[in-house]
Amino acid sequence: MLNIGGLNQGVVIDHIKAGGAMKIYEYLNLEKQDCSVAIIKNAKSSKMGKKDIIKIEGPITVDLDMLGVLDPDLTLDIIEDGKITAKRNPRLPAQVTGIIRCKNPRCITSTEQELPHRFRLTNKEKGLYRCIYCEQAYKR
Amino acid sequence: MKHVISPLDLSMEELDKVLSLAESILQDPEKYSECCHGKKLATLFYEPSTRTRLSFEAAMLNLGGSVLGFSSADSSSAAKGESVADTIRVVSSYADICAMRHPKEGAPYVASIHSGIPVINAGDGGHNHPTQTLTDLFTIKTLKGRLDHLTIGFCGDLKFGRTVHSLINAMVRYPGSRFILISPDELRIPTYLREEVLEAGNIPYQESKVLEDVMPKLDILYMTRVQKERFFNEEDYIRLKDSFILDAAKMQCAGKDMLVLHPLPRVNEIATEVDDDPRAVYFRQAQLGVYVRMALIMTLLGISAG
Ligand SMILES: [Zn+2]
Repeated sequence: MLNIGGLNQGVVIDHIKAGGAMKIYEYLNLEKQDCSVAIIKNAKSSKMGKKDIIKIEGPITVDLDMLGVLDPDLTLDIIEDGKITAKRNPRLPAQVTGIIRCKNPRCITSTEQELPHRFRLTNKEKGLYRCIYCEQAYKR
Repeated sequence: MKHVISPLDLSMEELDKVLSLAESILQDPEKYSECCHGKKLATLFYEPSTRTRLSFEAAMLNLGGSVLGFSSADSSSAAKGESVADTIRVVSSYADICAMRHPKEGAPYVASIHSGIPVINAGDGGHNHPTQTLTDLFTIKTLKGRLDHLTIGFCGDLKFGRTVHSLINAMVRYPGSRFILISPDELRIPTYLREEVLEAGNIPYQESKVLEDVMPKLDILYMTRVQKERFFNEEDYIRLKDSFILDAAKMQCAGKDMLVLHPLPRVNEIATEVDDDPRAVYFRQAQLGVYVRMALIMTLLGISAG
C-alpha cells in the first residue's frame, strides 16, 4: 500500500471530479508505465463532497498539463525526496490534438475519420475547449 | 491566402471595404462587367441549395468570369468516398476561387486548410453562412444608410436559426446596436449567445413573446421560419405558430421606416399580403446578395475596380 508519506518521487493528482480517475489512468497509460499507482475513489472532500485521487510513484514522462483538458479543476502535487515541491492546477494548453474527440454528430469529423480531433481553448476561466471545425464546446 | 469561413473572418476594416465595393458595383454594374474575365469560380455544393448557388454563379457571371461545379453530393466525387481535402486539392488546379456548401459543420474550414485557392463558405450545416450575413449587412446599410444605432428585432426560431446568431455577432461590432428577441420559450436564443455575447458586451436587449407589442420600437424586423419539427407536440406548434406570423394587421403596428428582412425561402411566416408593403424588402435583399458576393469574389481574388 502506497501512502503520501511513503512517496519518494512522483505525483499526487488530487481533486479529480468523482468518477474521473479511470479516464485519467487510461489517458496516462499507467498500466504500461514503470511506476506504482494507487487510485482512491469517492474520497471525502470538504470542497467537492466526493473526489478521486491518483498517487503515482516513479518517473512520469507524459505532459501532466494535458490532464487539464479532461478535468481543469484537478491539482498536481509534485513530490521530490519525500516532500511536496509544487502544488498547482494544470496549465491548460491552448490547443490539443488527439486527446478528446468531438461528439457533435453534425461535425465533419463524424464522416471524415482520418481528420485529427483538434480543440482550441476558448475560455481560460471555464477551461472551455471548442472543436476547431464545428466550434462545438467539449462537454466533459 | 484569404478565406471566408465565418462571418467574423473579415475585420471591421475589411468588411467596410467589401460593403463599399458592393455599393460602387450597385451604382455602376457595367464598370465591373469584365473585371473577372478569364477567372473561374467553382461551386462545390455537397447538398442542394439552388438559391445560394445561383446567387454565387450570377455574381461571377456579372463580373465576366465563368463557373463550374456540382450541385449535390451524389453527382460528385464525394459519392465515391473522396475526402474534402482531396477534392479541394484537385479543384484548386481547375478554378481560381471556390464557394463550398456542405451538410457537415466545419467542412469548408477543412477545405481551406488544404486549398490553393480562396474558399468561401456557402453554408455548413447549422453552423456558418457568412455571405448571408454579408447580404443582411449590405441590405441594412443600403436601405437604412447606416449600420450603427439600430434596433433590430429577430422573430421566430432564434434557437436554431444560424442567420440570426451570425447577424447578432456581426451587429454587436457596431455602436448603439439594440436587440429585441421575439420567440416562443422553446426557441429562445442559445445561452452562450445571451451570456458570452450580449451580456458580456453590455449590449441592450429585450425578450418578448408578442410581436405586436415591440413592433413600434423596431428599425429592422428580421423574420425567420418556425419549423414544426422544432416542437415536441402538434398542440404547442398550433398554439404558437400564429404569434410569429407577420401579416398586414401586425405591420400596422410598425413605424413607417421599419424594414422587414428574411433570409428566404419563406414558407408561411410572412403572409403574402405583406409583399406589396414598401417596407417588405426581402426580395430586394436577395438581389443585393448578388452585389455583395461580387464584391467578396473581387476582394478575395485581389482584383480592384475597372
Ligand atoms: Zn466538431
